[in-house]
Amino acid sequence: MQTDQIIEQLATDLEPVRVLPAPWLRALVWLAAVSAVSAALVLRYAHLATILPRLATPRVAVESVATALTAITAILAAFELSLPDRSPRWAWLPLPPFALWLAASGLGCLRNGMSLHGPAGFVGESPHCFAFISGASVPLAAGLFWMLRRARPIDALPVASIGTLGVAATAACVLQFFHPFDVTVIDLGLHLAAISLVILIGTLWRGRLLDASEGGSQHR
Amino acid sequence: MLRDQAWSQLMRAAQAGDRSAYSQLLREVTPFVRSLLRRHCSQAHDIEEMMQDTLLTLHRVRQTYDPRRPFSPWLAAIAARRGIDGLRRRSRVARHEISAEIEAYETFADPTANSDIDGMGAAREVEALLQRLPPRQRAALEALKLKEMSLREAAAVSGQSVGALKVNTHRALKTLRALFRDTTEP
Repeated sequence: MQTDQIIEQLATDLEPVRVLPAPWLRALVWLAAVSAVSAALVLRYAHLATILPRLATPRVAVESVATALTAITAILAAFELSLPDRSPRWAWLPLPPFALWLAASGLGCLRNGMSLHGPAGFVGESPHCFAFISGASVPLAAGLFWMLRRARPIDALPVASIGTLGVAATAACVLQFFHPFDVTVIDLGLHLAAISLVILIGTLWRGRLLDASEGGSQHR
Repeated sequence: MLRDQAWSQLMRAAQAGDRSAYSQLLREVTPFVRSLLRRHCSQAHDIEEMMQDTLLTLHRVRQTYDPRRPFSPWLAAIAARRGIDGLRRRSRVARHEISAEIEAYETFADPTANSDIDGMGAAREVEALLQRLPPRQRAALEALKLKEMSLREAAAVSGQSVGALKVNTHRALKTLRALFRDTTEP
């Protein structure tokens, strides 16, 4: 088929479209909705009398802020990267807070004497943390990918991987309100495993989840 | 700058559903896109394929263009992405395809053609070749040529636009010829 024929066909098939709002606005909508739901769950189920004093300690406060910043910057970066004409440098935005989050968590392990044992024993609550991050990421990712799909990203890989980092960080941020003790090495390992699992699944399924316009989509 | 502003206005009209503006825009940007794609490839045929991919992608993601921003960088990003994808596809196909200058084909009478055993073997061979097609090409070919659906029916069933169906059918036949040549030549 000649290019002229394709142009004629595309013009014939043309339907009006609603232009996407700015990516920062779409990110704000997602973050606001998730914050509202998370706040409701925390107020309903968290033991704030125990948690809040712990969150006020400097190291834990830094870790909490770094986790939240990782989530916010990663979600914003995912919405930016979903558009063709946005700089790929947006992918770097969540990395500094992510590094700070890992450093603060690692410091918590050091303060714990690199102990493998938490208050509840060798693995203690760690499997629950893994399940929480993995499980909470599912509805978070569903909402995020549903919003990102409208953009039909032409390069879905960075969108999916950065977006799922934001989802996992959001889940980890909420987990802070249900985690009344310092992380052990096992804790940190399982947290990272859960985050990696979420990113891996989102990245592998990116084409289907994002309705991506990849690979000259006609050839997939 | 003036050219970009003109294209931006045409694109804004196209987003609102103005078909003549859209047709004009696509025709005007074609040389620009072609010049961008020449950075990735020198083969005229491949450039034209990438060009068509770029236009189809532009159509698919036209809701992502913000009329307050320049048009050319948005289009250039799409073209660059399709150029990279085209190069990857070319290297994948090159593992299966032999370049041949001879376009004419001869057919020969085959006395065993009506043999059931040979017929079954041929059917299996064709099925195997069909399975090697990219999914959207296979879907288009099966809907239009094997099931003989109308374009509208095929579009509804496959989820592809009419334009994409035509392009994919054309490419499927081309790919099949190349694969068949590859399997039958010594």
